[in-house]
Amino acid sequence: MAKSILRLTVNGSGREDAVPANMLLVDYLREVAGLTGTKIGCDGGECGACTVLVDGRPRLSCISLAHTCAGRQVETVEGCATDGRLSLVQKGFHEKLGSQCGYCTPGMIMAASGLLRRNPRPSEAEIREALSGNICRCTGYVKIIEAVQAAAEGAP
Amino acid sequence: MSTPDKKPMVGRRAPLVDGVEKVSGRAKYTADLDHRGALVGRILRSPHSHAELLSVDVSKARALPGVIAVITGDDCDKPYGILPIAQNEYPLARERVRYRGEPVAAVAAVDEKTAEEALRLIRPEVRELPAYYEAGKARQPGAVDLHDDRPGNLEREIHHEFGEVDAGLSAADVVREETYDCAEVTHVHMEPHAALADYDAERDRITLHSVTQVPFYVHLRVAQCLDMDESRIRVIKPFIGGGFGARTETLNFEIVACLLARAAKGKVRMKLSREETALTHRGRPRTRIKLKIGMTREGKLTACACEVEQTGGAYGGYGIVTILYAGALLNAIYDIPAVRYDGYRVYTNTPACGAMRGHGTVDVRHAFECLLDTMATELGLDPFQVRRLNLLEAPTRTINDLVVESYGLPECLDWIEAVSGWKARKGGLPPGKGLGLACSHYVSGAAKPVHWTGEPHAVVNLKLDFDGGITILTGAADIGQGSSTILAQVVGEVLGLDFDRLTVIANDSRITPKDNGSYSSRVTFMVGNAALQAAERLKAVLVAAAARKLEAEPEDIECLGETYRVAGGQDSGISFKDVVSEALVDTGTITVKGTFTVPREYQGGKFRGAGVGPSMAYSYSATAAEVTVDEVTGRVTVDKVWVAHDCGFAINPLSVEGQVQGAVWMGLGQALSEETRYVAGLPVGPNILDYRVPTIVESPDIEVKIVESLDPGGPFGAKEASEGALSSILPAIANAVHDAMGVRLTETPLTPDRVMAALVKQARSAKPADARGAA
Repeated sequence: MAKSILRLTVNGSGREDAVPANMLLVDYLREVAGLTGTKIGCDGGECGACTVLVDGRPRLSCISLAHTCAGRQVETVEGCATDGRLSLVQKGFHEKLGSQCGYCTPGMIMAASGLLRRNPRPSEAEIREALSGNICRCTGYVKIIEAVQAAAEGAP
Repeated sequence: MSTPDKKPMVGRRAPLVDGVEKVSGRAKYTADLDHRGALVGRILRSPHSHAELLSVDVSKARALPGVIAVITGDDCDKPYGILPIAQNEYPLARERVRYRGEPVAAVAAVDEKTAEEALRLIRPEVRELPAYYEAGKARQPGAVDLHDDRPGNLEREIHHEFGEVDAGLSAADVVREETYDCAEVTHVHMEPHAALADYDAERDRITLHSVTQVPFYVHLRVAQCLDMDESRIRVIKPFIGGGFGARTETLNFEIVACLLARAAKGKVRMKLSREETALTHRGRPRTRIKLKIGMTREGKLTACACEVEQTGGAYGGYGIVTILYAGALLNAIYDIPAVRYDGYRVYTNTPACGAMRGHGTVDVRHAFECLLDTMATELGLDPFQVRRLNLLEAPTRTINDLVVESYGLPECLDWIEAVSGWKARKGGLPPGKGLGLACSHYVSGAAKPVHWTGEPHAVVNLKLDFDGGITILTGAADIGQGSSTILAQVVGEVLGLDFDRLTVIANDSRITPKDNGSYSSRVTFMVGNAALQAAERLKAVLVAAAARKLEAEPEDIECLGETYRVAGGQDSGISFKDVVSEALVDTGTITVKGTFTVPREYQGGKFRGAGVGPSMAYSYSATAAEVTVDEVTGRVTVDKVWVAHDCGFAINPLSVEGQVQGAVWMGLGQALSEETRYVAGLPVGPNILDYRVPTIVESPDIEVKIVESLDPGGPFGAKEASEGALSSILPAIANAVHDAMGVRLTETPLTPDRVMAALVKQARSAKPADARGAA
């Protein structure tokens, strides 16, 4: 597959890479950019583990071509922390045990971060709706909801 | 004497010690590991359910440029299996394939495209055989045997009778029998299977990173299948994305990755797709339960007879253990004077079943709690009353030699009854709404290890060095359940130290002590006890050093964690760092070991099959579910769940809540929507869309009450918290559906189709139902 130059911003830094036209965004992030925080949990669009933010909106990186992000801002879980400190969403997931095995966590955190940017004070129903495409097999979701609520309450 | 205001380590709602890595994306799972220079490993899977494998032509695949190694069943003639007595599986099929999806050949190539191309060039030649997808068909006379040494496709039959069952049934005022049919379900751990195998040809050594819950058993089977000395193998478990039992035995892809790496004389990375992960399976078998219970008019149990048939799949795996658990844990929850159990584990041409959360006990508990509810309704008795009438009195030894030392079920029932508003609300809910109750229990570690060596059941090493940091070395596999955190809490509590002095290093066979792994909910109890002993031994060393330094007797030394001083003295004492420095004089780095072994009296009776079921402690749960049933669509919505779980003592209440919620929720999926169906041996939906795991939208609030019965054998009184509660939710929901609609469903999951069929049948029936009907 022919490669062409992909220019985009990943976690605030500009990148230029020669990327095949058929490369998925998740493979670009994991294999080219070395950002393995974004996970693959299924065979395409089933589980939400690969959720990243593209221009601030959640997107499944396992069913997105990398080149569709040309010129855009991509954010992954590695970009959430500021000055080495966890974001409020990350802190919520850690302290409220919204993360057990941790495999769905990066996708959950990105979906929740996208929600809180659109809607800083979401209701429980809005949290459920925003995370409805993210499957977690460990928690039963109870503490995930608490984690997002804690993040929303902690925000200024 | 004043004591410093220090938060105890046990009983603290502590976030996971490896939680920061998980939420920051820094946690490395197997597929995230550095794989530069690694070849891509791929597996060719059988398209046939049952066939003689006449030949596998790999010549064209081998000739393809970029293909480094191609292997088949000819490359490994050593069978393996988790149970030493039932090893009948090869990493790549030899002579016969027994399920669709069974590995037949494997390729290591320079890239994915070449590996895929090579798989297409492999030509297996087969002669098809009749295939059986249901236990009943596999057991029919004349059926071809999947395994020559198991005529009639019966892997194992069990016939146990304790007490006088026939007499008990005769003495009963009411005897009822019902047959339940629970669908096969699978784990759906979020991380697909993966392995990274690195073969050092110069030294003939192999390093395997894999997604296992049982690194030690993987180590043994890799050595066995590769015919290598165990010392030449190193097994490392990185972060793993869940397990739930799927990874409690060595799986074919792990061995195949190692075989490929050796054949290719290099590094092989194997990542299975979600579909391949589903085909690897090892989930809960489809289980048919014929249950008969005898009861007095007042609700006292007199006897129980239970027949179980499990559709086990194509290979042994944990099968014998699963069918034994199904019978053994009919006991140790209620006082039943007589119990008969007939179990049949059947080979079928489907992916092998195995251990799944609540191993062997879930479907039988569902049947039991449903029939108990049916009989209570018939006798006009309250479900709480019936259960309270049949409680055990701990300590006790059951009729099948299980020892119950602690028993918090009465408190569980009390809380559930109060919090659910049972007395006021039961029977008075609006049409289509219902409340249901059920109880369950589970082992806190199987008292007999799978692989008997005479070693302790658990070993923990502690290392204390010049820097004042304590490293906890353990083979216990943290699979997300939080075992590393628990061990740090136990050690910290004994030494009076907080997390910042403690580091857990787990699961590297070159560094950490062997552990049997994360299964049968054994880690908190067994490894926790080993950690407790190790910490006490380290404390003794530190106290002795402090005594030397303070010129006092060790028994007069008071350990306050960061300070050691003479008890009752005026001196402020010396710092932990000074104590460490003194302790290291003339000896250097300190390592201590703690071990734990389940005493013989807890290891079960003397009958055949007595090894499965015994545990030093059992957890207990009571669960109530409130449901809404849509009479038009048949859809069941669980509105609220209350669960009380007796975990002995909550070393980490935050973790206990998370585990109990997760267990109950997983059972909720089995109750409502999860089901692996096969068409001609092929799973209908080996993905997360068709296999319906509940989403956050359809998952109810789950309110947890931790009951602490303080088990005398557990570390600080702790028992298990990860599995026991699961079994109670299925029957709680089914009983709630009955309360709502007056129908009893005997199949799981309670899909809209099944609920509608039951409602239609009820409507057509001339007789009114035995409870409130649909509005």
